[in-house]
Amino acid sequence: MKPVNQKAWFLILPVILCVAFSAILPLMTVVNYSVQDIISPERRVFVGTEWFKAVMRDDDLQGALLRQITFSFSVLLVEIPLGIMLALSMPAKGWQASAVLVVVAISLLIPWNVVGTIWQIFGRGDIGLGGVLINHLGINYNYTSEAFDAWITVLVMDVWHWTPLVALLAYAGLRAIPDPFYQAAKIDAASRWAVFRYIQLPKLRGVLTIAILLRFMDSFMIYTEPFVLTGGGPGDSTTFLSQFLTTLAVGRFDVGPAAAFSLIYFLIILLFCFVFYTVIQNTGKGESR
Amino acid sequence: MKLRSVLLVIYLLLLLLPIYWMLNMSFKENEEITGLFSLWPHHFTWANYGVIFGDASWYTGYINSLIYVGINTLISVTVALPAAYAFSRYRFLGDRHMFFWLLSNRMAPPAVFLLPFFQFYSTVGLMDTHIGVALAHMLFNVPLAVWILEGFMSGVPREIDETAYIDGYSFPRFFVRVFIPLIRAGVGVTAFFCFMFSWVELLLARTLTSVNAKPIVAIMTRTVSAAGMDWGVLSAAGVLTLIPGAVVIWFVRNYIAKGFAMGRV
Repeated sequence: MKPVNQKAWFLILPVILCVAFSAILPLMTVVNYSVQDIISPERRVFVGTEWFKAVMRDDDLQGALLRQITFSFSVLLVEIPLGIMLALSMPAKGWQASAVLVVVAISLLIPWNVVGTIWQIFGRGDIGLGGVLINHLGINYNYTSEAFDAWITVLVMDVWHWTPLVALLAYAGLRAIPDPFYQAAKIDAASRWAVFRYIQLPKLRGVLTIAILLRFMDSFMIYTEPFVLTGGGPGDSTTFLSQFLTTLAVGRFDVGPAAAFSLIYFLIILLFCFVFYTVIQNTGKGESR
Repeated sequence: MKLRSVLLVIYLLLLLLPIYWMLNMSFKENEEITGLFSLWPHHFTWANYGVIFGDASWYTGYINSLIYVGINTLISVTVALPAAYAFSRYRFLGDRHMFFWLLSNRMAPPAVFLLPFFQFYSTVGLMDTHIGVALAHMLFNVPLAVWILEGFMSGVPREIDETAYIDGYSFPRFFVRVFIPLIRAGVGVTAFFCFMFSWVELLLARTLTSVNAKPIVAIMTRTVSAAGMDWGVLSAAGVLTLIPGAVVIWFVRNYIAKGFAMGRV
């Protein structure tokens, strides 16, 4: 058990100051917006929870939220298993390990608008390798005019972009498992699946918690990549929540409703992360003790 | 085993394909890019790179980005180290709430907080400065840094701390001389993540800068919207943004290959 020491507060003080500097005032401003009707800088009226009620009934917003949830769960369903599989097949030692690590990690360090640009070019039916290949296979593919194609392209882009994060974390987790675990499994003549299920997966709990939470948060806040790739279109098929709210706040200058909904947005992410965190921590406890 | 390596190689090739395409385009002239479909540049040219290296408004973008990413990584890791130690070693009033509050800052959708950020940073006079962008990026990097470092520190047995204190080490001396070297890999991995998330971020960096600290990612968006599409220069600029990242991965690859479990194995 960790000892109680109230002086530990001094150790976390720098962090609190640094984060609070950027966190508190902007958040308060958003709260401020969400309860006022700002007609002009001089004229503002307190409206209470009116914006909250209005945005909860807004169909477009609900559509964007639904699309966002579908997208984020698709991302998790594809990227987590794929990332673990990738980590399992990556070489453990030698120059191959270094080379594979560098190649795998490269997509993570590309600025997000460059990622959008890369796929914008790559997917085009006339000058992009990907688009040309798919059309060559006899599939009619055009991400700028077909809603389904656009959605799939954004998903594939996200998988391409972020699966490496899951893979890197899972890979590091796998390397940290001491050899005696595998030797014991060998003596028991455990199958590959048993080794994965009862040795590797439980040991990956820590890194997978980070991977799942990070992927959920970031995919739920996705903005730059689809904005560059499709601009939210065609129609509103790839207009995710962040983009919808930005249009509302900056484009149409409906700051009140935008602020009200961003608070709800924030709470949704918080809620999901809390649920994921609790579930992962609790499923692990039963078997590792 | 063989099949697995083959699948891995195929996957890696698929991973590299879009990047190759950008590299390919960066060596082409614009007529060739839009005019004909070719797997490699037929009229090989360095002209697109020439545009970037010959124009200060382009290449200072890279310098600006590197400066604020560097500041951000340095400060984030420095302030996160003692905090992570506190969270991993002690219980104190409100520790869990504090940890969760920190993490919750990672979850604030930046798109919506842009306007308040802009107003706040203008008021305090941090607009268009490197330190301003670095501070704003700390909002999402510091929580992550604390989280990762806490995982590494929890893997170090507490007996080491106790022995050091019995040997007469003061806390600062113990922390810097004994403890940080023990979690060197953790510091490396944390720095990697801070670098990564700060380097790739666009929205905050673009909103908080205008001229003096304008990052390369923002300069690229401006060029896209102006004068049609200069695909060649855009691709060349994109290729150049890959290089700092590749260098950073090269430095931390051994820490990742050595493995970490985030907590007790």
